[in-house]
Amino acid sequence: MAMSGIAFWPVAASSYAAQIDWLFVALVVVTGAISVPAITALVWFAVKYREGNPADRRQPPQRKVWLEIGWTTVPFVLTLAVFVWAAALYRDHADLPAEGLEISVVAKQWMFKFQHPGGQRELDELHVPAGQNVKLLMTSQDVIHSLFLPALRIKQDVLPGRVTALWFKADRPGVYHLHCAEYCGTNHSLMGTRFVVMRPEEYQAWLTHAGEDTALAAEGGRLFREVGCSGCHENRNSPVRAPNLCGVFGSSVALADGRVVVADEAYIRDSILLPGRDIVAGFKNDMPNFTGKLTEAQVQALVAYVKSLALAGDEVGRVQLPPNGLAAGSVCRGAVR
Amino acid sequence: MNTYLQAGYGLRSWLLTTDHKRIALLYLVSITFFFFIGGGAATLIRLNLVVPDSGLISADSYNRAFTIHSVVMVWFFLIPSIPAVFGNFLLPLMIGARDLAFPRLNLLSWYLFMAGGTVALWGLIIGGVDTGWTFYTPFSTTYSNSHVVTVLTGVVIAGFSSILTGLNLVVTTHTLRAPGMVWMRLPLFVWAIYATALILILATPILAVTLILVAADRIGGLGLFDPRFGGDPLLFQHLFWFYSHPAVYIMVLPAMGVINELVTCFSRRRIFGYRFVAAATLGIASIGFLVWGHHMFVAGMSVYASFVFSILTFVVAVPSGVKVYNWTATLYKGRVQFKAPMLFGLGFIGLFVMGGVTGLFLASLAFDVHVTDTYFVVAHFHFIMVGGTVSAYMGALHFWWPKMTGRMYPERWGQASAVLIFAGFLLTFLPQYLLGWLGMPRRYWHYPPEFQVWNVLSSAGASVLALGYLLPLAYLLWSAFFGPPAPDNPWGAKGLEWTIPSPPPKENFVEIPHVDEPAYNYGEEDSHG
Amino acid sequence: MAEDTAVAPSPAPLGMWVFLASEVMMFGGLFMALAVMRWRDAAAWKDGSRHLHLWLGTANTAILLVSSAVVALAVTAVRRGRRKEAAWELGIAAVLGLAFLIVKATEWGLEAREGLMLPQQPSLRLFFDFYYVATGLHALHLTVGVVLVAALGFLIRRNPGHAGAVELGGLYWHFVDVVWIFLYPILYLAASR
Repeated sequence: MAMSGIAFWPVAASSYAAQIDWLFVALVVVTGAISVPAITALVWFAVKYREGNPADRRQPPQRKVWLEIGWTTVPFVLTLAVFVWAAALYRDHADLPAEGLEISVVAKQWMFKFQHPGGQRELDELHVPAGQNVKLLMTSQDVIHSLFLPALRIKQDVLPGRVTALWFKADRPGVYHLHCAEYCGTNHSLMGTRFVVMRPEEYQAWLTHAGEDTALAAEGGRLFREVGCSGCHENRNSPVRAPNLCGVFGSSVALADGRVVVADEAYIRDSILLPGRDIVAGFKNDMPNFTGKLTEAQVQALVAYVKSLALAGDEVGRVQLPPNGLAAGSVCRGAVR
Repeated sequence: MNTYLQAGYGLRSWLLTTDHKRIALLYLVSITFFFFIGGGAATLIRLNLVVPDSGLISADSYNRAFTIHSVVMVWFFLIPSIPAVFGNFLLPLMIGARDLAFPRLNLLSWYLFMAGGTVALWGLIIGGVDTGWTFYTPFSTTYSNSHVVTVLTGVVIAGFSSILTGLNLVVTTHTLRAPGMVWMRLPLFVWAIYATALILILATPILAVTLILVAADRIGGLGLFDPRFGGDPLLFQHLFWFYSHPAVYIMVLPAMGVINELVTCFSRRRIFGYRFVAAATLGIASIGFLVWGHHMFVAGMSVYASFVFSILTFVVAVPSGVKVYNWTATLYKGRVQFKAPMLFGLGFIGLFVMGGVTGLFLASLAFDVHVTDTYFVVAHFHFIMVGGTVSAYMGALHFWWPKMTGRMYPERWGQASAVLIFAGFLLTFLPQYLLGWLGMPRRYWHYPPEFQVWNVLSSAGASVLALGYLLPLAYLLWSAFFGPPAPDNPWGAKGLEWTIPSPPPKENFVEIPHVDEPAYNYGEEDSHG
Repeated sequence: MAEDTAVAPSPAPLGMWVFLASEVMMFGGLFMALAVMRWRDAAAWKDGSRHLHLWLGTANTAILLVSSAVVALAVTAVRRGRRKEAAWELGIAAVLGLAFLIVKATEWGLEAREGLMLPQQPSLRLFFDFYYVATGLHALHLTVGVVLVAALGFLIRRNPGHAGAVELGGLYWHFVDVVWIFLYPILYLAASR
């Protein structure tokens, strides 16, 4: 049971986040001012006027209108100051800036899919450059989700049939959390993993590498057909029934033995190399075993291809996102899992 | 003289009773049952959260656990708790009446409550529901594979029970007050129950129609909230919160009403600022209908709507906060006794203040964007509903136990429970504010490992809290059968209910009293040591 | 016990008004939803409205209005002690309510045959979803009203003690009518034909 440290204060990765932290301090101070004296008085009176303790109890007051008006209006005015500050911060951050790197986001049960302007795609992880406006244009494929970046102190619900937006300028390179914050079903707590803020030059390097991942998946697609996987998995007329792999990566799979597992990379690997181990419910143990028939590099390419099928062409109600340019002739266009 | 407990023995005399006092006890037994069901679910939740990647229960089971915890606690414990138990028992006594305006309707209310609870429990038994108590669409209408319609039906039926109870309480207050019992002489508990009953009548129907829409959508595949047909998931949220925000005032106003009774009796003083407190009660009830959008600041509402809801939320905090000052001032120059009910009352004030000020945090727009849907919100509402309402409920239970049962509970055990609950509560829920601020979202089965320490503390607190709630179950039950007999007025309290025997006779008053004293008429002689 | 009834008015009328207030809130919630849907896409709403059977809806409106008038006559009759007349009038009102329900069922049947149950076309879909829920909820309330009014008609013949109940039942009947008076224009009169 390893503990990776204890968190005491959330890290702030932008100047906006730092402002929210000051707002937090102000809230503590103002609410303290209106409550601590009252609670102190309560305890003080309870002790001083406890039964059996001699004290001056003559003429206890029944009502003092000026006092009541005072303690109604003064705290209210104090809290109004906080309202104004918080509303101003909210308002200033509500409108998208004109300039900025636009990243499109599709949320689904149970992953976030990100696409950078150059077509680079990510699943559940978001890489962004520091020191630059970043705009997230988001929609959901199914239920309401919410994108939450605690280090930036921002979140926004992601809705089906609508595009909602979030923007930020992160200053502090590092690795932070990325969460779904609107309950969306079984794996709500497993959606999203890392939010990576990189120095601009590192981000450029990453973009190129991400492009290479795309190439790996394309190579995997070629292998998929060469080695014969598509004969069952992408062939409606196949005599052998094989599970549809569109969107399988990251989803829940019901197995024949009653278990339900999440199809992660290990699952995809095992399905290629040890297909008899985790048979999908409703299917037979018909898949050939590829152990010893594929090199490690080939297995990795195939896994990358199957992963990419989760990113394949999506139609989201009336909102259509930029089409993918991934595996040629992707068979998942329009498929709903 | 025959007490109401002796007016007939056997199951039929209880199950067919129209005596408001017996119906109150029927509710007491049933909601206690539901409380422990909800508590059992909470135990599962906190056990699961001890470890960041727990395999104790599956994700689906966890989601069902937190859903059933909230559905049961909100609708089958908190909402009925003080109104249906203490409102039923005390309202006629406090205003000098023989029963509620519609005694048979009162019994029907209890049967509807039981029917709704049975259906909801049935939903739990056949597999549960995993939508959260908020039933957000389109997850609840289209994507959830759980027993949504069954549980919704149970909630709607219980909703009708609430509406009829509210109707009874309002009409009773208007029409059955004893001669001389004018509005300004009423105990503030009655004002609180009255305001609550107004909300029950006016808000609950919205919940009914909203849940009916969800059920119809699910059964008929209608697509009312489905964007593919032009539907709007946000419409559901507006409708749901339009009820559910006033609902939290249903849960807290009666609790505040109880505190008025406790603080005055155990300070031997009249309440400071009776008129302001009465006005604040009505103010909370009415303004409470105007703030529902503060649950939706990141939902996709317009910025300007958010401004309006935010400022109104700051406004509604004012009458709530002001009461705390009134209670504090009531202790001034009083003669304070630390009996168990008072300890629960003081605990309420402390915990309610902490929960209430965090409401201001949540009302602050830019701050809310960070902490909404995190454990900060979970902490906030548990401070109010558990630290607040349940503490007040326990205070009420101890205060009026002698009146209802004719027995005294063991005082030291009562005081110990109050302290244990206060301490256990703080240990359970204070860490959750920090967790929310750190960024731990709510409804999370698994969480980032660096949050473990705070979760472990919280779960440890929960075990203390559980003990704190189990103790009264034991000693109160014991005292009902073996406790020493209680006098008519063991606390020396003012109020019509204390002028009649403990337990009261079936018809309450031999002669309907004529009232010519203000409420809480503790004189100088009462507050001199 | 006599002393308290002498002082306090009967709580039953206040009870009925409070109950009707809760019903107003329930239908009010539904009307808010209808209003929002109509505001969001007026063209789709009007299109949906055009597919309704205006004449049947109008006939139903007339039936309910007449029935309310008849119920009002019954209440007056009861006040004047003319119980037999009141019983007849209540009976007629119940029959009129039944007629409404039959016409409504006919409309739904026609709509089912015209493929307007869960139409695929998005613009029609939302309108008809809300139409069925709203008219269904109203029909449910009307059914309760029919049973109530029929029972009162039956009881008042034998027992003058139910005079107060007739007044309260009348209130409920008028309420159900008023709900329809709001539903009808929102649903049927949205489109210019």
